[in-house]
Amino acid sequence: MRIFVLVKHSPSPESLLRVSADGKSLDPTCLTYDINEWDRYAVEEAVRLKEKHGGEVVAVSVGTNCDATLRKCLAMGVDRAIKVPAEPGFDASMAAEAVVDVLKCEAFDIVLSGFMSQDANNALVGALAAAKLDIPFATAVTELSVEGGEARAVRELEGGYREEVALPLPCLVTVQSGINEPRYVSIMGIKAAKAKELKDHPVKLGDATVSTERIYAPPTRRAEIISGAPLEVAEKLIELIRSKGVLR
Amino acid sequence: MRVFAIAEHRLGELNPTSFELLNLANKIKGDGTSEAVIIGDETLSNSLASHADTVWSISGDQLENYNPESHADVLLQLFKREPPDTVLLGNTSQGYELAPLIAAKLHCPIVTDIVEASPEQKGLTVSRYIYQGKLMVDLKISRTPCILTVRQGIFKNEAKLSGKIIKLKLNPTKPPKRRFLKLIEPEKCEVDICKADAIVAIGRGATASLQLATKLAALIGGTLAGSRPVIDSGLLTKDRQVGISGKTVKPKIYIALGISGAFQHTIGMKDSELIIAVNKDPQAPIFNVAHYGAIADVQEILPKIINKLEEHPPTPTT
Repeated sequence: MRIFVLVKHSPSPESLLRVSADGKSLDPTCLTYDINEWDRYAVEEAVRLKEKHGGEVVAVSVGTNCDATLRKCLAMGVDRAIKVPAEPGFDASMAAEAVVDVLKCEAFDIVLSGFMSQDANNALVGALAAAKLDIPFATAVTELSVEGGEARAVRELEGGYREEVALPLPCLVTVQSGINEPRYVSIMGIKAAKAKELKDHPVKLGDATVSTERIYAPPTRRAEIISGAPLEVAEKLIELIRSKGVLR
Repeated sequence: MRVFAIAEHRLGELNPTSFELLNLANKIKGDGTSEAVIIGDETLSNSLASHADTVWSISGDQLENYNPESHADVLLQLFKREPPDTVLLGNTSQGYELAPLIAAKLHCPIVTDIVEASPEQKGLTVSRYIYQGKLMVDLKISRTPCILTVRQGIFKNEAKLSGKIIKLKLNPTKPPKRRFLKLIEPEKCEVDICKADAIVAIGRGATASLQLATKLAALIGGTLAGSRPVIDSGLLTKDRQVGISGKTVKPKIYIALGISGAFQHTIGMKDSELIIAVNKDPQAPIFNVAHYGAIADVQEILPKIINKLEEHPPTPTT
């Protein structure tokens, strides 16, 4: 089986998020990058599919500085990696266009991606790519299996409901967190990754579909902040808990 | 501007998001129209008509169950006849799929999970959260049509309209590749966190404090719950998950420990009577929902609370 997995080298939301002087971007020196949280689950799922069915796993990432993330994928068991050196920013349509350009040059049975990115939170690139390729897809998948030329996927709906759908191959699935337990990168894996192929796939992207006007802190701050020494804070918190009458 | 809102239903009931989409449509339509679209259940058209100028009620072969391909297919047929300027969908499990499908086929801009939209001289400016609620961004869209998915629970102000209902029979032009197999009901649970008066909830920043949190919950007669990362890691069972894919709770007191406060979590607890958040990250969006907050390490503050409570043992009322 030929399995593709889309990954993003993405700033961690735990980084210090400082808006740059232009008001439209974040100070890059404060940001720490890693593989997007949801994509770790997608890579694990892709490698498990290969372990079960045989074949090849290929990771694709869009970004000029995504080598570290692609190397991590290779160390997790991905066979080869393709880097699209472009910066679509928050424009998911452009990122999808880049991914589609790669997938059109390759043969694949299934494409996996994380449900959303931890920075832009668009939850779009996978679905847009599938739509542009005219292949069936399912989003926010929490269980996946492939048998007899089709994928069976359980999608997460609202309020604890789920739905099961069947997707004939080739198809695309975006993976919800918690679908599996992603493996840790081993020393052996890192060594093996060095010998694996990481190639560039340059693309010419069209115009941006949206433009960033301003990035800013959310306007509301409702919480009254309790400050002081830890012991004082603890005492004040107990007082609050008592005030609701759950304690006598 | 012609603003279309794609209504959603499951098991014969409209998702309340459908009305919120129409509220936004009415807000931005200017001298244009707000137009609801409902696919596969004519009986729900009347209640939509009280919020829209027009309701397009589409029926056809195999449209009863949601299928992104069939639903996109008939929507594209409708939009060919009735060209939209803006199309609104819920930022929901249906919108996640239907919105990008339509956008890709119409080759038009798409922005998801918006919380504000304002018409400009040319196009729209929309606002949305990024970095899991820590920052916001204003985006300008200058091309029409555009597709937007809208966050739930934002556009509450209702208009009183009495729109006309137009019934349309449209069949998908081809059978969908994706097949719906079955709807799976929520799992039976051993605890019902919705019934608790007090909830102690842990998040990613408190996974090391599970035992302490359990102790605090016991001391105040409360129930333990968690946000998605804690459930994903297997630390707590799925029936204790608070948020969009778990439970919605409204206890008297909700203590959020190490929970950053992404929308997916806060939508499930924001209506609690008293919310106290402890998080060491001052940028954590949980502080925008909490009534009281302490910027502190859970692992440091929790033993102090527990010691204090044990010094003067309280009697839980429940």
